[in-house]
Amino acid sequence: MHNKTIAELAKGLADGEFSSVELTQHFLGRIDALDSQYNSFITVTPEQALAQAEAADATRAAGNAKALTGVPVAHKDIFCTNGVLTTCASKMLSNFVAPYDATVVDKFNSAGMVSLGKTNMDEFAMGSSNENSFYGAVKNPWDTNAVPGGSSGGSAAAVAARLAPGATGTDTGGSIRQPAAFCGITGLKPTYGRVSRWGMIAYASSLDQGGPMARTAEDCALLLNEMAGFDPKDSTSLKKAVPDYTADLNQPLSGLRIGLPKEYFGKELSAEMSDAIMASVKEFEKLGATVQEVSLPNTMLAIPSYYIIAPAEASSNLSRFDGVRYGYRCENPENLEDLYKRSRGEGFGKEVQRRILVGTYALSEGYYDAYYRKAQRIRRLIQQDFLNAFNEVDLIMGPTTPTPAFDLGSNTDDPVQMYMEDIYTLAVNLAGLPGISVPAGLVNGRPVGLQILAGHFKESQLLNAAHQLQTATNWHQLAPSAGQ
Amino acid sequence: MALERSDVEKVAHLARLKIEDNDIPEYTRDLTSILELVNQMQSVDIDGTDPLAHPLDATQRLRHDEVTESNQREHFQQNAPAKEAGLFLVPKVIE
Repeated sequence: MHNKTIAELAKGLADGEFSSVELTQHFLGRIDALDSQYNSFITVTPEQALAQAEAADATRAAGNAKALTGVPVAHKDIFCTNGVLTTCASKMLSNFVAPYDATVVDKFNSAGMVSLGKTNMDEFAMGSSNENSFYGAVKNPWDTNAVPGGSSGGSAAAVAARLAPGATGTDTGGSIRQPAAFCGITGLKPTYGRVSRWGMIAYASSLDQGGPMARTAEDCALLLNEMAGFDPKDSTSLKKAVPDYTADLNQPLSGLRIGLPKEYFGKELSAEMSDAIMASVKEFEKLGATVQEVSLPNTMLAIPSYYIIAPAEASSNLSRFDGVRYGYRCENPENLEDLYKRSRGEGFGKEVQRRILVGTYALSEGYYDAYYRKAQRIRRLIQQDFLNAFNEVDLIMGPTTPTPAFDLGSNTDDPVQMYMEDIYTLAVNLAGLPGISVPAGLVNGRPVGLQILAGHFKESQLLNAAHQLQTATNWHQLAPSAGQ
Repeated sequence: MALERSDVEKVAHLARLKIEDNDIPEYTRDLTSILELVNQMQSVDIDGTDPLAHPLDATQRLRHDEVTESNQREHFQQNAPAKEAGLFLVPKVIE
């Protein structure tokens, strides 16, 4: 049962092959038996899951089932879940029981879906390796010496190890696409404003975007159908009709114009990585697409721009964690200032503190124009690069990451080295574009991802291309031994 | 542009973060290297380019000034570390 895709599970439920209770019990059993090896969940919610599954079976018996009624998924622990611990993988929220559901969670519940629990992540979504978690690092199901990527590392590992057929993630600078690549699954970052951020604990509000993680593009389309849409509670959510993201999956690709940015295939990319990506590109050519070189000349400026904008917004967003209204409070504060300082100093981990300090510095008196405003101007240059390229081509393709998953512990001493891992993904968030990472085979026994980018709101086109690749190849069916 | 220990202490105070004394050298080094990275921006001359705040240049929506939420004080205060009679408790501020 655990090797079926969400599309297959939905059909199995509709055909009465198995009930949602049976399906939910099966995945809960796998989590119980296997997750001690991966640490992909922070909280598992068997009682709530089985109650939701029973309700889903009753809904189906009454003839009211929707497309994904009874399908179990996991939520990244950044989404508030009413009555369930919601930690953001931080000591700061290690006692926080969310008093309401995030819009995304609410939508999944309304669709009759089952939540298995909350997945591990980098603390407050800050990290590319899932080593910055108060609840311990997540291990990559392909090789437990390797990181799963981050920040949505728990969601990616859970899907790769077949502990959940799909999961939610969030992506501020690559946090859906990079772990999807490292764990050999499919992950979609939608256009900024497409999925509500309400109840999704904020990191960098002008970049954050929730999205689906699953094994196939078709499954991501099914999940995005349930996630996307305008939300009056999110002031940056966009009023735009939601198409059926499965409608165009089978469109032929003849005449599709693919651009390969020359900046993404420089000398920092190994020959093995480049070969793997070009093998996927060749498949698109066989499917009738044409390929040309494009240029995104400001690519390297994405890193400095991102590492000002994201920490600046984080320092502002995380000021709400003050030890007064919810979350961690230090013991025996001497006075109010001591309460603030020690609650925050003890409650936040190192990387979170680093980013708060950088952001506070960048926003402090006298530096705003030189840092935040400058970074926002560069952000427009980066976006313009993409818009220029999309005048010539329909989709942009390249590697999701410069390398396959690195070893646990190998990058944590040097934050700047870790930031360079995000070179191909950051610019997409700065530009607000949708992007998907799809499995593109193995390099040194570890999965690598092909990143496909499209213009704003063209998720259907991304999913169409990814689905066609997955119809022609079987990279997405490769599974770690644990998943078989 | 190397930061001094006092810069880090000042920023930590602005951010209301208590940093242990023996961690300050590490933060000073890390922040210096992060600022070196971001200072690559300073060589780019783009003063004529408008800053981009929202990727689709959307502006904040306004809503009608109507009550839409009910009072859930007790429900939301369940997570408060210390409370009394519907109030959040903090150390004495005014003598």
